[in-house]
Amino acid sequence: MSTTTDTRQALPVGTWQLDPIHSTIGFEVDYLAGSFRGQFREVAGQLQTKGETPVLTGSAKVASVDVKDENLAGHLQSPDFFDAERYPELSFESGEIERTGDEITVRGGITIKGVEKPVELTGTIADPITENEKLSVKLDTTVDRTEFGVNWNVPLPDGKPALADEVKLSAELFFVKEA
Amino acid sequence: MKVLAISGSLRPDSYNTKLLRAAEELLPPEVDFVLYQGVKAVPPYDEGDDVQVAPMSVAALRSAIGEADAVLFATPEYNSSIPGSLKNALDWVSRPLATNTLRNKPVAVVGASTGAFGAVWAQADLRKVLAAIGARVVEGEVAVGHAPTRFDEEGRLEDESLREQLQETVDALLAEVEARALVPA
Repeated sequence: MSTTTDTRQALPVGTWQLDPIHSTIGFEVDYLAGSFRGQFREVAGQLQTKGETPVLTGSAKVASVDVKDENLAGHLQSPDFFDAERYPELSFESGEIERTGDEITVRGGITIKGVEKPVELTGTIADPITENEKLSVKLDTTVDRTEFGVNWNVPLPDGKPALADEVKLSAELFFVKEA
Repeated sequence: MKVLAISGSLRPDSYNTKLLRAAEELLPPEVDFVLYQGVKAVPPYDEGDDVQVAPMSVAALRSAIGEADAVLFATPEYNSSIPGSLKNALDWVSRPLATNTLRNKPVAVVGASTGAFGAVWAQADLRKVLAAIGARVVEGEVAVGHAPTRFDEEGRLEDESLREQLQETVDALLAEVEARALVPA
């Protein structure tokens, strides 16, 4: 039996456009005794690896927030949460991207409610399929929503807050190579 | 620019309505000030009545809020919170949540009470309710305690510092309207 260490570091070269139908940008936050998930239906993004420094950019329309309760969707768009009228998009732009084998780390700035903060996203990258035209990247990170001014909360009967400050953001990104 | 004023007290000689009139005096002359008089006519909320054609008193309130650029509320304090009639009216206005006329609307809250604290708990509750409905609630609180002693015969606020606080709140409300006008539609 032989063992090899997977050390592929290069990203597949190309201009990769996000396929918004097969991609999901979502969030998960502890609420009451469980956790609550949602996603943004309208997303855009690009992975550009043609230049010297690869760049990953992405955005999501706040108005497209998708949760199971329409009243909650309305509340999430209000000034209490994302304030969609004033800050219609969430966005991300990478600084540094590192790949080791299937693992990928992306550092950059995420902007929520007009506030930009540095984040590190970690996840996986799959090699391109179908004649090098489709590429899948999965990334996660955790942010403190209060750092972005998303402060809403209510106390539970025991005095503890109903909604956690820490929010897990996850992106399942499916890219198509630009011809 | 149009500012709609809604008093949480229905009494004709209400201190909260006086407080709204005092705020009117502090507005620039180009601002239209409209004191809403129809809260008492709003029926108790019943989801069965919340249909395509709303009760007239509800439709009038929703539309008055929709036509205003900002809404200034003054609330008394009943049992540590806002009057049921005001909450009931807001429950009507809030429906449907995704498109209600208070959504993104700049609003400010002030309050008067006959007790010492000037309806501060009612004001906090009202801010919470307005934010939950989706309004753009401006910072600032004006708490007129011992209300029967605070107004002169013309209804003006006698206390200089309360007048300043009211001016700051009104200014913050108008600034929020200006800021909103800069957001591309």
